[in-house]
Amino acid sequence: MILIAIDHAQGAPRRSAFELVSAARELGGEIAAVVLGGPDASPVAEALAAFVPHVVHVDDAALDHASHERRTSALAGVATELGADVVLLAAGRGGQAVGPRLALRLGGALLEDVGAVRRDGAAVVAERLAFLSRASLTVRAETTPVVVSVKPGAFPAAAPADAPGSVASRAATFTQADDAARLGERRSVARGRVALEEAEVVACGGRGLGDAEAFERLVVGLADDLGAGVAATRAVVDAGWRPYDEQVGQTGKNVAPKLYFALAVSGAVQHLSGMNRSGTVVAINKDGDAPIFQVADYGVVGDVHELVPALRAALADLD
Amino acid sequence: MIIATYVKHVPDAEARLTADGGRIDVDDHAYALDGMDEYGVEAAVRLKEAGLADEVVALAIGPARSEAALRTALALGADRAVLLETDDDLDPLAQAGPLAEATRACGAELLLVGGKQADWDSAALGPAVAEALGWPVCDWTTELRLEGREVTAVHDVDDGSEAWRAPLPVVVTTQQGLNEPRYPTLPNIMKAKRKPLERVPLTASARVVTLAAALPSRARRGVRLEGDAAAVASELARRLRDEAKVL
Repeated sequence: MILIAIDHAQGAPRRSAFELVSAARELGGEIAAVVLGGPDASPVAEALAAFVPHVVHVDDAALDHASHERRTSALAGVATELGADVVLLAAGRGGQAVGPRLALRLGGALLEDVGAVRRDGAAVVAERLAFLSRASLTVRAETTPVVVSVKPGAFPAAAPADAPGSVASRAATFTQADDAARLGERRSVARGRVALEEAEVVACGGRGLGDAEAFERLVVGLADDLGAGVAATRAVVDAGWRPYDEQVGQTGKNVAPKLYFALAVSGAVQHLSGMNRSGTVVAINKDGDAPIFQVADYGVVGDVHELVPALRAALADLD
Repeated sequence: MIIATYVKHVPDAEARLTADGGRIDVDDHAYALDGMDEYGVEAAVRLKEAGLADEVVALAIGPARSEAALRTALALGADRAVLLETDDDLDPLAQAGPLAEATRACGAELLLVGGKQADWDSAALGPAVAEALGWPVCDWTTELRLEGREVTAVHDVDDGSEAWRAPLPVVVTTQQGLNEPRYPTLPNIMKAKRKPLERVPLTASARVVTLAAALPSRARRGVRLEGDAAAVASELARRLRDEAKVL
């Protein structure tokens, strides 16, 4: 039995949920999905039933914005009850913390942040990146059950199943230790923009833009034209031009959009590790020797202040 | 209160890597204390300097060369160090038990771990050791306060930030933005050589093994476009639509 843990927001599954369905189908075997959260998560469970035969909704409002410990306990309960030998979850921030806890609690192994996963006889084998995404490793879990966190964007979103599945609700049980960490203040910043990891197009700006105003005008302007996500290098975030949640690289986000614009980005190893799985990479930089050109499909040596407005005009002119 | 801070000796970002069958080889001289772990050392030392901690213990797991990372932590202000010495490639879950034991053995109530390791590209160790200890974990921390016996740890989320509160004992994983780690001064580097460093042999079984390793390079078109801005821009737009088919 493969159990997939569903991330959701605003009453709908995240895109990663459908990617996990694809990964589970590729592995083969019986599939169940688990959705954590109070009544607001009911539509999420219903939506998933169109894709997998069994959906378990652990229906408890204590799982909304819950600690990793509560989420781990809820997932471990379902995994144990169903006798899951594989648990798939999305390697986003939440999954990166819950995955290891869950694997250890179940007495199993963790295959972390994988781009591909398959069965090899009774074992589970996966491909993952290491050394700042410079090396690719084939790894095998030596024990079961196997918790696999799947890199966002590594699998295509699945199509609905031929026959709809069923939803079962169950209650959660927590231990005292699960309640040690409590959520205090939550600060929301409305961005009104596509989540960076889910964006099909990403426009990233580097320090070479000169200042925050140029970033806003050129990078955000291009992103707005294309409905793209906005990303920044560490130098830009350190300079305070852009918020941290836009940072792509070793200590920021890992993205793999279909199209990535690197605007005045030099291409330090740490930055490349966060974007070198992107489909088509366009680099514009005035330094022709910048390392970013080594990972670029289309490189333009020149001034972003001239080229980005020209590119926006050219994109608008495409019929 | 005793703080333990985990440090890992990892290849420098610019280190030369070679793939040799089942493994990745790294130029031996290109190792350093993981930048993500420096935030934890700095946070621990600042808590001690503020009178909120009595002792800072640096912990490492790895081969003998890991002593260098521990000596750096000692030069940055840790009081003593423990190396769980092994030449085996242990995945984070296999490390969690021994690290938990070492944390308990030094009496620490706060364990700091870098948010992500630069060799395994792994964020698993902090949460895994928290599980092994039965402690909560506050992850990707960019702001850390200790008031009485309660920790407040702030981290970023997609649409803003969250502050998590947890009583000691707790594991906190660190993230860029938490602080600006200091540089070790020459006198402190000299002093660090005389600080206690204990080596404990470690045997543990890996839960994940590496079967093969490669240094992939994604095939890129490598097209360079030159000319005046308007001409280059329309050429680029056309190629993105017709050649790369991404528009």
